Amino acid sequence: MTEITDLTLNEIVTNIKKKKISSTEVTKSFVERSEKSKKLNVYITENFSSAIEQAKKFDENPNYELKLPGIPIAVKDLFCTDGIKTTAGSKILNNFIPTYESTVTQNIWDQGGILLGKLNCDEFAMGSSNETSFFGNVQNPIGENLVPGGSSGGSSAALAANLTPVTIGTDTGGSIRQPASFTGTVGLKPTYGSCSRFGIVAFASSLDQAGPMTKNVKDCATLLEVISSFDKKDSTSIDFKRNNYSSELTKNIKGKKIGIPKEYRVDGMPLEIESLWSKGIEYIKNCGAEIIDISLPHTKYALPTYYIVAPAEASSNLARYDGVKYGFRSLGENLIDMYEKTRSEGFGEEVKRRIMIGTYVLSSGYYDAYYLKAQKVRQLIKKDFDDAYKKVDAILTPSTPSSAFKIAEKTNDPVSMYLNDIFTVPVNLAGLPGISLPAGVDKNGYPLGLQIIGKPFDEQSILNIAYSMEEKINFKNKITNWWM
Amino acid sequence: MTIDLKTVKHISKLARISVDEEKANKLAGDLNSIFTFIEKLNELNTSDVQPLTSIAETTLRFRKDEIKSENIREKILKNSPENNEDFFVVPKVVE
Amino acid sequence: MKDLNEFLIKRDNNNYEVVIGLEVHAQVTSNSKLFSSSSTKFGAEPNTQVSLVDAAFPGMLPVINEFCVKQAIKTGIGLKAQINKKSVFDRKNYFYADLPQGYQISQYKHPIVGEGKVILDMPNGQKEIGIERLHLEQDAGKSIHDIDPNSTLVDLNRSGVALMEIVSKPDLRSPDEVNVYIKKLRSIMRYLGTCDGNMQEGSLRADVNVSVRKKGETTFGTRCEIKNVNSIKFMQMAIIFEANRQVDLIEEGKSIDQETRLFDIKKNETRSMRSKEDAHDYRYFPDPDLLPLEVTDKFIDDIRSEIPELPDEKKKRFIEKFKLTHYEATILVSDIETSKYFEEVIKDADVKLSTNWITGELFAVLNEKSLEISQSPISAINLSKLINLIKDGTISGKIAKTVFEEMIVGDQDPQKIIEAKGLKQESDPKALEELIEKVIQNNADKVAEYKSGKGKLFGFFVGQAMKESKGKGNPQLINKILKEKLNG
Repeated sequence: MTEITDLTLNEIVTNIKKKKISSTEVTKSFVERSEKSKKLNVYITENFSSAIEQAKKFDENPNYELKLPGIPIAVKDLFCTDGIKTTAGSKILNNFIPTYESTVTQNIWDQGGILLGKLNCDEFAMGSSNETSFFGNVQNPIGENLVPGGSSGGSSAALAANLTPVTIGTDTGGSIRQPASFTGTVGLKPTYGSCSRFGIVAFASSLDQAGPMTKNVKDCATLLEVISSFDKKDSTSIDFKRNNYSSELTKNIKGKKIGIPKEYRVDGMPLEIESLWSKGIEYIKNCGAEIIDISLPHTKYALPTYYIVAPAEASSNLARYDGVKYGFRSLGENLIDMYEKTRSEGFGEEVKRRIMIGTYVLSSGYYDAYYLKAQKVRQLIKKDFDDAYKKVDAILTPSTPSSAFKIAEKTNDPVSMYLNDIFTVPVNLAGLPGISLPAGVDKNGYPLGLQIIGKPFDEQSILNIAYSMEEKINFKNKITNWWM
Repeated sequence: MTIDLKTVKHISKLARISVDEEKANKLAGDLNSIFTFIEKLNELNTSDVQPLTSIAETTLRFRKDEIKSENIREKILKNSPENNEDFFVVPKVVE
Repeated sequence: MKDLNEFLIKRDNNNYEVVIGLEVHAQVTSNSKLFSSSSTKFGAEPNTQVSLVDAAFPGMLPVINEFCVKQAIKTGIGLKAQINKKSVFDRKNYFYADLPQGYQISQYKHPIVGEGKVILDMPNGQKEIGIERLHLEQDAGKSIHDIDPNSTLVDLNRSGVALMEIVSKPDLRSPDEVNVYIKKLRSIMRYLGTCDGNMQEGSLRADVNVSVRKKGETTFGTRCEIKNVNSIKFMQMAIIFEANRQVDLIEEGKSIDQETRLFDIKKNETRSMRSKEDAHDYRYFPDPDLLPLEVTDKFIDDIRSEIPELPDEKKKRFIEKFKLTHYEATILVSDIETSKYFEEVIKDADVKLSTNWITGELFAVLNEKSLEISQSPISAINLSKLINLIKDGTISGKIAKTVFEEMIVGDQDPQKIIEAKGLKQESDPKALEELIEKVIQNNADKVAEYKSGKGKLFGFFVGQAMKESKGKGNPQLINKILKEKLNG
């Protein structure tokens, strides 16, 4: 018999609306399974008993008009939650309890969602393997000692392990799409300005976007519909007409023009990625879309650009963690000593490394050579996409250059770790929407994802393309419950 | 370009992160490999390119000049590492 | 021609000129802060006007206050300055206990207002001081060092309040010019309603850049910046100390370090703030939480249409229309409240008399009681009545002074005082003639002396007649009748 926890969001919602199952039953199932899955280390903060209480309340007074009627949802611990500890995976926020709620999570609760817990992530979302978290590694349910990707690694692992029906992550350079690819799940990074950044612990303000992580495309459309909103509290939030993504979802992509960028055929790309991509092209053709070869000439400069822009913004965004107002403080002889000790002990190595990079590229005498240069190249990267979108409706690429790797395999080589984001970073730099869709497995049976990149604010098209491909691909995630 | 120990210490001072000798050496190594990678950008001539100032292609939205925030001192001070009913407290600053 | 007002620092063989530039920080008059909706009201309990944005909680974002933008543009127009339709907010990064974000949001490369000017009225004529720029930025909180012996306490009520930083060109040459410049700037902003200029409450502070050079040299010397001086007097003291310190160094053949200095009020000296030197790399970059600030021509024109008559224009009008002297006009327009008072009085009273009474008697009383004109014990309407009573001959100028003294207490109507005290002027020629007859009869000897040529005695007869009238006789009529009688 199918367990409740195996169901997709839309299946659960349907069952709840038909009163076949209650919110309490659903919540208890996910709590029970979560209790048995501690080995995966996906939770930083559990909210289990409170979630069951809320579920009971929902059942006493149900509102079936809502899009997430009594649905328990665990979220990345980068979203501030009122009254619930929010750490961003860092020691420096280990004891921080916000008195406010992020707009994105508020949107979820407003539609009937119930907070199940806060999920592990790389510290301040800086990482591609969830290994920079102060709260330890997360195990990928796909296989023991495999990383779940990052930075939304707790989210991807919890989702793939059926510990939450859907989840949300944040994506600054690939932090939703790469872990989705590593765990055989669907992850979407919306257009910059779609989801409010209010109440999300900031990493790099000009790149950060929250987005849905789900088991299939339809759930992804449903959750995007809930979290995407115009928010006056975020000056970069954009007031555009948002679709009812789930009801407008269609498998008819006949006549859509899909671009294949030659620059994504990078040196040393594993053959299985290459063939996955070719298969993806075939699937798209079979769906009636047209394939067009395109060029995004500045692709190879995206990663270096990203590693200037993101650390620069981060070095400034993380200056507020100084031991004065909240969070961890180390005692110091004087104010400066207190700052230096607090930040040295409170931040992990990767975060400190990036703060140092960012401080350096903004410092006097280097600004023009690094930061300004990067912002110019960013303009060129954006222009590449603008030009491409004169010819095509969307772009198909692999999501990542490899499948999930072993824990500790890349921790000593920051640059090889950074290369993980080679296909995802250009999308953030250009502010575009991108979705990663599970499309196959490698020789070890580890999932691999394909990425569809859309025009600004055209999430509907990439959802539709993913939806039609999903049917053809018919991917089934193999979860063995090895950790139980 | 190479980032030496002196530079690492200067940056750590600016970033207000103390680093001991051993860590500084490791950091210098890491930063050098990262900057070698970053300096790929120097291949590109960008003298005619306008830097991107914002990816959201719109302009700043205004807020009305209204007081909406209440006195939330308790909330504001609740998470502070050293408790005081009225103020944030930091080690003595000598000017 | 030698300039009598020239300010020089003299040593044995050399005369030094002082070059001063000011960065004035003026608090924008607004209800709420620049990027948050908490109150800007002065004097609240510590940390009671602090929002999550002001205290830089994780995930909090800035949203700009339209009114503050308008106020900055308005001030720019008042400074005859270039208004930039596109400006950018940058982050100025440094760590300090009262800077919760770890950066100040400011405008570095692209300020909202560009070059402008301010005209100073100096005793030896007008002088134009160039404005380099005006930009919007956030104020920091306040660190309090003297409550707790072991700790520094932080109050964030000011954190995030909008400031305009107005940067002058290095055009100022003396402490006097600094005084006049600050007052003029303050006056313009008060006319505009963009800054209340209250220096006690810290609404107006300045960083003072000082350098010296030998008289006649055309290149600038190395400058030092004296941070955060909050009164004109202290600015002047700091400049004099700092200029002398620099001159001494030069005379001793030493070099001047370009640095930030602090003015110690108690010791009357400036000293180096070396503690801040090592963190002096502010790493400015555009704030990615904010988009470029763009305003339309219409937006600017709408603000322009709200600009009131400013001190320079008002002065011109006062001189041309009311024939005031340059000096009188300068005084009367120096502060918006003074000019309002004056214009209220002259609505239906003689301009010349009003000018004299305001700049004379009224200012004397305000000075003596240390009052602003807005707190004047005599309202404009009552002063206007008093002046009309003088003009129509109801009372003499001398009686008016007595009435004026009475008016101070409780802002009384002069007409009522005159009636109550019977101070109305005697202007009946017959009554005066009788009275003068009496004086002539009683002083026959003096009359004889007068007639024999001692003309100076005329004043004596006026005095006697006045005395006889108990001070109420109309002086013009007394003069006239006396002349007829004595010369006839």
